[in-house]
Amino acid sequence: MAGLSINLIALQLFTGLALGAIYVLFAIGLSLIFGMLTVVNFAHGAFYMIGAYAGVYIFMLGGDFWICLILVPLAVGLFGLAVERVLIRPLYGRGIDYPLLLTFGLSYVMVELIRIAFGKTGFPFDTPENLQGAVNIGVGYFPLYRLFVIGATAAVLLALWLFLEKTSFGLIIRAGARDPQIVRVLGVDVARVWLIVFGVGTAIAGLAGLLAAPLQGVIPEMGSTILAEAFVVTVVGGMGSIGGAVLAGLLVGVVVSMTSLFAPEMGKVSIFALMALVLIVRPQGFFGRAGLMS
Amino acid sequence: MSWFQFATRHRAGIASIVVLVFPHIMPFTALAVNILIYGLYALGFNLVYGYLGLLSFGHAALFGTGAYLCGIAVVHFALPWYLAIAIGVLGGLLMAAMIGVLAIRTRGIYFAMVTMALSQCVYYLFYQAVDWTGGENGLRGINVRAVNILGVKLDFIDPLTRYYVIAAFVIAAFFLLSRILASPFGAVIEAVRENETRAKASGYDVTATRLITFVLSGGFCGLAGALQALHLSIVPIEIMHYDTSGIVVMIALLGGMGTFFGPMIGAAAFLMLENLVAVWTVHWQLIVGAVFMICVLFFPAGIWGTLISRGKR
Repeated sequence: MAGLSINLIALQLFTGLALGAIYVLFAIGLSLIFGMLTVVNFAHGAFYMIGAYAGVYIFMLGGDFWICLILVPLAVGLFGLAVERVLIRPLYGRGIDYPLLLTFGLSYVMVELIRIAFGKTGFPFDTPENLQGAVNIGVGYFPLYRLFVIGATAAVLLALWLFLEKTSFGLIIRAGARDPQIVRVLGVDVARVWLIVFGVGTAIAGLAGLLAAPLQGVIPEMGSTILAEAFVVTVVGGMGSIGGAVLAGLLVGVVVSMTSLFAPEMGKVSIFALMALVLIVRPQGFFGRAGLMS
Repeated sequence: MSWFQFATRHRAGIASIVVLVFPHIMPFTALAVNILIYGLYALGFNLVYGYLGLLSFGHAALFGTGAYLCGIAVVHFALPWYLAIAIGVLGGLLMAAMIGVLAIRTRGIYFAMVTMALSQCVYYLFYQAVDWTGGENGLRGINVRAVNILGVKLDFIDPLTRYYVIAAFVIAAFFLLSRILASPFGAVIEAVRENETRAKASGYDVTATRLITFVLSGGFCGLAGALQALHLSIVPIEIMHYDTSGIVVMIALLGGMGTFFGPMIGAAAFLMLENLVAVWTVHWQLIVGAVFMICVLFFPAGIWGTLISRGKR
């Protein structure tokens, strides 16, 4: 097996980490929103797709990738704030299924609006100029852009960690996740906290869509595929756990790319096999609390 | 006895009569057949969502397996139509058992995510089994021109005959479902939905009830899928897609979940709306999605559910 050297496997591992980085970004937003609001956001894939299209639009206006990196999360996050305020807030206290069903309907509307505005066929998305080419990472040449995706994800995670652990607002969010009732009694405006959490979660989804665009192109349906895969990530990692989302996201990325190396046609199926295994051995996921399951 | 009590007692009979006269009040028979098949699909879905209280986003796998297995039986094994339908139902039952065993291990909102992920897995598996399923092109050539019932040969090409052949299966499903719901087991299903802890304390096996109900649902959806395969004479790969799982959720909610007539009314309302909107725009998903959001926000009981709450007063 000369073709399958250690270096090739190591490179494939890095490819998996870059893919996993996208899953991580997508899943932490999903997990954050579920952990705080107990809303399963079925429109998360649509926000991800909107992020990629916002990037396409900014390019059309003559912007470059670095402007996109700032503007796309802002724009998608603002849209997320509006969605929470207008559509999801009336549904709190009406059962856990309703926000899920609403966001499901919303995803149809968002995808169709994008089809109307940008057409049914997708767009290619060029790798930004300064990030083209490959660098030697010791085991071989690795595309610079994928390295950038891993780095950007690490930066977002660090910023999110600092925000949640080191700021007083982060403290309120963590307390709100534990017991919203007590936090409300203490005089905190919980509705505002939830609003902001939804905004942050969707902003990160938009960023994930933008980062994924040069890797896989931009089509209106790009969100529904990753949504199913992100559910696998959250089930494996444990719903509502950010650490679980990070670990499981990277693991799923590596499993996909490793399976693609040895059995290309099984790449997509492998992650569902992983989920089935986790469900049998540890149904609450790596870091899930058993209570959150019910 | 109010009209509502009367309708509940004779629900299967009333639904059957409506189904029998239905094609004569519809603008064209093909739409009536679609409503029948999607109504049956929603009937099976409603057993899990409405009566058991578990939201499944993976029913496309059950519907699709029924369709593919029925189609494969006709195309690859040249089996007669009734055996093909039986195989489709069996496929729905088996697929539901496989998905159910895994998904039942989770509860609440997790169930929606796990069923959706598993049905996506089934989609990829059928997509890749090109030799059996035709992959991306779909399974073609499910040509059933005539059906023999007790020596009588019926022309399956004729739209109205085809409607009544399919209606016969749907009516059988009505009576079977009504019987299941009226049985002690049906009461246990609803007990599990209302209060899991109490059902458990009363000595009922909650996990087994959930699994059996999910498998039964798979049988109804498998039957719907098999009829769809015979009706379309091809099985497109999109039948396994996430959208097919989503449509049935919309139909059940639109009609009124947890009600006997809801799924059929929902299927009629949904497909007529879709047909109507498709006349003047290709972007019917926009309208359908918006209507669905309005339903969730303002009419969560659905069309029939709203009527019932008036009738009970």
